[in-house]
Amino acid sequence: MSVIYVLLTISIIIAVVFFVAFIFAVKNGQYDDSYTPSIRMLFEDELVKDQSKPSIKTKKTN
Amino acid sequence: MDEKTILELSQCFHCGDPCKKEIISFEEKSFCCNGCKTVYELFSENDLTCYYDLQSSPGAIPKDIEGKYDFLSQQNIIEKLTEFDDGETQIVTLSIPYIHCSSCIWILENLNKLNKHITSSQVNFGKKNVRITYNSKKYSLKEVVLLLCSIGYEPYISLEDFKTGQQNINRSLIYKVAIAGFAFGNVMFLSFPEYFEVGEFWIDQYKHTFRWLMFLFSLPVVFYSGSDYFISAYKGLRAKMLNIDVPIALGIAVLFLRSTSDILFDLGSGFFDSLTGLVFFLLLGRYFQQKTYQYLSFERDYKSYFPIAVTKIEMYGTELPIQVYDIQKGDRLLIRNEELIPVDGILIKGNASIDYGFVTGESATVLKQSGDKLFAGGRQTTGIIEMEVLKSVEQSYLTQLWSNDVFNKNRLDSFTTLTNVISKRFTIAVLSITCIATLFWLVVDPSKALNVFTSVLIIACPCALALAAPFTLGNVLRIFGKLQFYLKNASVIEKLAAIDTIIFDKTGTITSSKKSTAVYEGVEFSESEEILLKNTLRGSNHVLSRSLYDILDVNNIITLDHFEEHMGKGIEAKFHSDSMKVGSSSFVGTTEEMAVLNTVVHVSSNNRYKGKFIFHNKYRKGLSRLFNRLKQQYDLAILSGDNEGERDYLKKMLPTKTKLLFNQKPVDKLEYIQYHQTEGANVLMIGDGLNDAGALAQSDVGIAISENVNVFSPACDAILEASKLRHLHMYLQMSKTAIKIIKWSFILSLMYNVVGIYFAVTGQLEPVIAAILMPLSSISVVIFTTVATNISARKLE
Repeated sequence: MSVIYVLLTISIIIAVVFFVAFIFAVKNGQYDDSYTPSIRMLFEDELVKDQSKPSIKTKKTN
Repeated sequence: MDEKTILELSQCFHCGDPCKKEIISFEEKSFCCNGCKTVYELFSENDLTCYYDLQSSPGAIPKDIEGKYDFLSQQNIIEKLTEFDDGETQIVTLSIPYIHCSSCIWILENLNKLNKHITSSQVNFGKKNVRITYNSKKYSLKEVVLLLCSIGYEPYISLEDFKTGQQNINRSLIYKVAIAGFAFGNVMFLSFPEYFEVGEFWIDQYKHTFRWLMFLFSLPVVFYSGSDYFISAYKGLRAKMLNIDVPIALGIAVLFLRSTSDILFDLGSGFFDSLTGLVFFLLLGRYFQQKTYQYLSFERDYKSYFPIAVTKIEMYGTELPIQVYDIQKGDRLLIRNEELIPVDGILIKGNASIDYGFVTGESATVLKQSGDKLFAGGRQTTGIIEMEVLKSVEQSYLTQLWSNDVFNKNRLDSFTTLTNVISKRFTIAVLSITCIATLFWLVVDPSKALNVFTSVLIIACPCALALAAPFTLGNVLRIFGKLQFYLKNASVIEKLAAIDTIIFDKTGTITSSKKSTAVYEGVEFSESEEILLKNTLRGSNHVLSRSLYDILDVNNIITLDHFEEHMGKGIEAKFHSDSMKVGSSSFVGTTEEMAVLNTVVHVSSNNRYKGKFIFHNKYRKGLSRLFNRLKQQYDLAILSGDNEGERDYLKKMLPTKTKLLFNQKPVDKLEYIQYHQTEGANVLMIGDGLNDAGALAQSDVGIAISENVNVFSPACDAILEASKLRHLHMYLQMSKTAIKIIKWSFILSLMYNVVGIYFAVTGQLEPVIAAILMPLSSISVVIFTTVATNISARKLE
């Protein structure tokens, strides 16, 4: 069998895997809200700041 | 102190409102009221002050909601509102109209820090809702809602949520686009070798594999992605209508059959690239057109205004939350402050001051005494009242309007779009060209006849034609959305362009619902009288006193020796030797009989009649300019549910041609529009309250005016931010321009078709020509419409 058939099979399988992954992502609602996650992403810094406060306090008491 | 710090100090740190009466200071920050301060305290205790870092003064004043959510402790209501419940964990999605900034998202997603029984919460900003997971054994739904209220995020729970429960999201269009795009990409790769190097050894060896692979890829495209076009064409034909989907479906079918037979009999590589590309572009157009404003609803009826439950008083005085649908004639209901009266009834106990703003659009409150009739839709504004039910929800005066036929008919069906008008002629033209060309080749060279027959149908497939309208209208829809004019769907633009009659509601639409102005007529006040008047008004909480107080200039504050408020009559005050009376004509003691229909407040000083303040509606800015601009092209009319008090003023302000009709009931408005429509007019109705709901539904285009688009408006085709009303003529002009752009792009795409048909009828159509022409025409049409709409949108500011 020529190598081109092997390559074709592999390439199509890979393409289909990604396609199915996309369909599942849509089905799970990942694309329903495309705005909030973009804001939520920016909050991570704030949360770290919050958690660091109590740790400073405990250091002082020690 | 420089100006900026003064401004900051006088502004509430929590909600940003100016601190009017008194400034409450706490931790060097100023607050306008105790409610705001409490929210701040709550946040600072729980280390949540980041809320104020993300956005300055993002909060809302928490409202007094005592007892309002008692119904949430009822098991059957909880069951219907929650989407998951295993006895321990409950998940509920609550709609919160106030969500407006990143701070809102942050605080609502950190609810678990305020209460440890809340496991997690997730905000959907587009839909303005929050999904909360909590431990129902330790923390009830009612407590969750009360927590939200206490931090100023009062959820909106209505009858509508109660009925529909959980909605299913239809994602099939995304799947269809994805499949078509996926197949299109792969087919392009597979067909590429055959475009150029025909006759080479390796292509000859593998081309059959490639072709059958393309065939496989095209199967889901034709039978799944393209299925809508076949269904729509079938429906169109059955209704004896040649809509745009007929030639499209014909094109898809011929493309598929011709290509399959080509590769089956080894005649050529087929047109699978054009086929998948066509479906992909068409579906992209649909997707682009489908801009929805998730947090707005254009389908609301009275159900979304009403609460789910009210308080019923049982025989022995026990209070019980009861579902609105279960209310029966003869029940006794308890209506709290700021609650909506859900049914018609008779007032039994308490001072009722009802705001019928929802129903009539009038903002003034009406005073009622026990024994008076109360109508559904009114909002109680002072204290608690008890009422006896006369009619159930469905039979009430307000809700009866919805039994009118207008609310049941599907209006999309009766409307023919521009595309369908064109496509009718187009289809006939294409079919006749196909027949003539086939007949010609049957005579000259019968071997080519079938080839030509299919070629013409393939190349004439109106892809670019079908894309012109969706991309133009979709883009205009987005442009309008940015300018706070939200349309229900793209076809509204076409209808807007055809409008020739515009009808306005008065109160709340062309007048602003909150502000009013007062004109004084009578003997001039002395300085001491003016001070006394201002201070007299200061003590009263009546709506009219408050607005009069705001209008008058600031004076010294004095302490009155005597102050008394007479319910429904007026107020009385004494300072040293001076006395003052403010109120109705009989209370003040004037003999002057009033023929004036406007709201009037009379004033007397030391028992001598001084004069009266006449309240006028405050009209929106730029109104007369708007009317003068519109009068050249449109018939204008104003339909008001109000009395004729403003007739002269309106006549002066508006162009003489404008028709003015007063004392119009909701049904009158509907019939007036119906009458004009039977005379062939295309009517645009602009209204706001529930009283306009019938007229908005009956008109060709109904626009609801809203001071705050997050608050709910009646069912309509479009929602317009109130401050943008003065730009109405520009929106109408833009709609007309959009139709012109569509027509131009029709011409552009027809030119491509002429070129294509030349190749087709002469029997020279190669797959590569089709593969170039089809995307080229589609893309150039899309570029043309996008650029043209964006250029013409610049005029809109």
